[in-house]
Amino acid sequence: MNLARPPSWSGFSIDGNWDVVWYWTLVHLRITIIALVLGAVVAFPVGLAGYRWRRTYPVFLGVSNVLYTIPSLSLIVLLGLGFGLGLLNDMPLIVALAIYTLAILVRNLVEGLRAVPEPVTDAATGVGYTPLRRLLRVELPLALPAIFAGLRVAAVSTISLVSVGGVLGRGGLGYLFFEGYRRNRPTEIVAGIIASIVLAVVVDLVLVFSRRAMTPWIRVRAAR
Amino acid sequence: MIRFDSVTKRYGDGTVAVGDLTMELADAEITMLVGPSGCGKTTTLRMVNRMIEPTAGSIEIDGRNVMSLPAHELRRGIGYVIQQAGLFPHKRVLENVTTVPRLLGWDKHKAEARARELLELVGLSAAMATRFPSQLSGGQQQRVGVARALAADPPVLLMDEPFGAVDPIQRGQLQQELLRLQRELHKTIVFVTHDIDEAILLGDRICVLSTGATIEQLSTPQEMLARPANTFVADFLGQDRGLKLLSLVPADDVRVEEGTTANGWKLELDDDGRPVSWLGPDGEEPVPAVVVRPGDSARGLLDAAVSAPSRAAVRTDADGRLVGIVSYETIGALLAAKLAEAAS
Repeated sequence: MNLARPPSWSGFSIDGNWDVVWYWTLVHLRITIIALVLGAVVAFPVGLAGYRWRRTYPVFLGVSNVLYTIPSLSLIVLLGLGFGLGLLNDMPLIVALAIYTLAILVRNLVEGLRAVPEPVTDAATGVGYTPLRRLLRVELPLALPAIFAGLRVAAVSTISLVSVGGVLGRGGLGYLFFEGYRRNRPTEIVAGIIASIVLAVVVDLVLVFSRRAMTPWIRVRAAR
Repeated sequence: MIRFDSVTKRYGDGTVAVGDLTMELADAEITMLVGPSGCGKTTTLRMVNRMIEPTAGSIEIDGRNVMSLPAHELRRGIGYVIQQAGLFPHKRVLENVTTVPRLLGWDKHKAEARARELLELVGLSAAMATRFPSQLSGGQQQRVGVARALAADPPVLLMDEPFGAVDPIQRGQLQQELLRLQRELHKTIVFVTHDIDEAILLGDRICVLSTGATIEQLSTPQEMLARPANTFVADFLGQDRGLKLLSLVPADDVRVEEGTTANGWKLELDDDGRPVSWLGPDGEEPVPAVVVRPGDSARGLLDAAVSAPSRAAVRTDADGRLVGIVSYETIGALLAAKLAEAAS
């Protein structure tokens, strides 16, 4: 689908407008994925640093708490005007959402790594894992449940926050809310709301099943 | 041989965990490091594979300084078993056991074949191979821990209170199996425990440590029980040293007596020669006979003797058939002889 030329909503019925809903759903998903990946790519080294050098973690927490207290719309405008990312593209929105993702994922990554039982890391070192190999083969796999828990929170909150961009005429399905409101087309608003809920549920389920597939040892725990 | 030469471990806060320790641990023997908590026994053990690095002094394994190669390479050549096994929860049993061979670069098939061999050796069925550690009991997990440590056939095995967290029945089985394995494998084992009975049962030699890993006595269990070096060792061994010494004598080694009568009581056998009960001289109610089987110790004989009305223990073979009876007096004489022998 050509994302450059949005189809426009016509009339007051959903009939004939499915392509509009689908278009904005894809835009919504695209913004979500880019923001999540961007946040995750930065969260990974930051989280590992917070785990490895314990003192860096409280500093990170302080900064992320401050960022988190900035209302999302203010942050988007701040990034757009203050940092010159512009308001007529998706960049301020994506960067703001990536920052929230980062804040969530780093916490979960660090807490997940710290929750690896000490006898396990001790044994891993004792049988001759190098620190890097131990991280990749033992600690990170065992932190996967916590990482996925963070990803789920980040994904669902990102999907809901993308809509905020609708105020600025962007923001995926959020566009439908605001345009529907402006033009007094309730169906368009409802379509946008339902589509964003469905999107959130589908993305969450994908993450739940990915987690299950990647951590087969979790499910057997109760079966002892 | 593992040689500690003036080894010291001092922490940043000034605590001396190990102060100027010099000792040699013999090849193919189990040396038990035992002492009260905080005496430095675990620190001593963990310095051998550099989980803790000494502040001063040197440790050599077979003449080679442990600092002469990278820590991870050193560790791949030393078996390591810890409390609660420390298995990798996300890896199946087989994968846990193949860890060290894989780190050493063995191919997958060779490593897995070796792992299956070891699971059998430690008494785990093949069905366990595909389970996750959380699906095993504490004792089974610890067996996997031992198998993992043995996988690459290291000459040295470090065991840090490996059986501390399992229940007494499983612990007893694990201890017997370690002894059985050691009879086959002849590893140089350093074993940390705070349980003196475990030390006496498993050790070829016992090293009693006090604060700062000061050696109070390093000797065979027999010698230590018969002649504790000082009051610290004597206190640590506890009140019943004589009984502990008897526990080191296999019941099979104790001479049995002629006949089946003692102090007027007669042992009744069934048609297959299995002891049934003691019959009293004056028509008393028959008392069921408690038997001592092969593998038990002279301590078991003594216990059986004092609790029988005849004051004699009943020894049987593995099938439960009578070998002979052993009187209370015989065991007393045996203990006196053992004490004299160990002390000479």
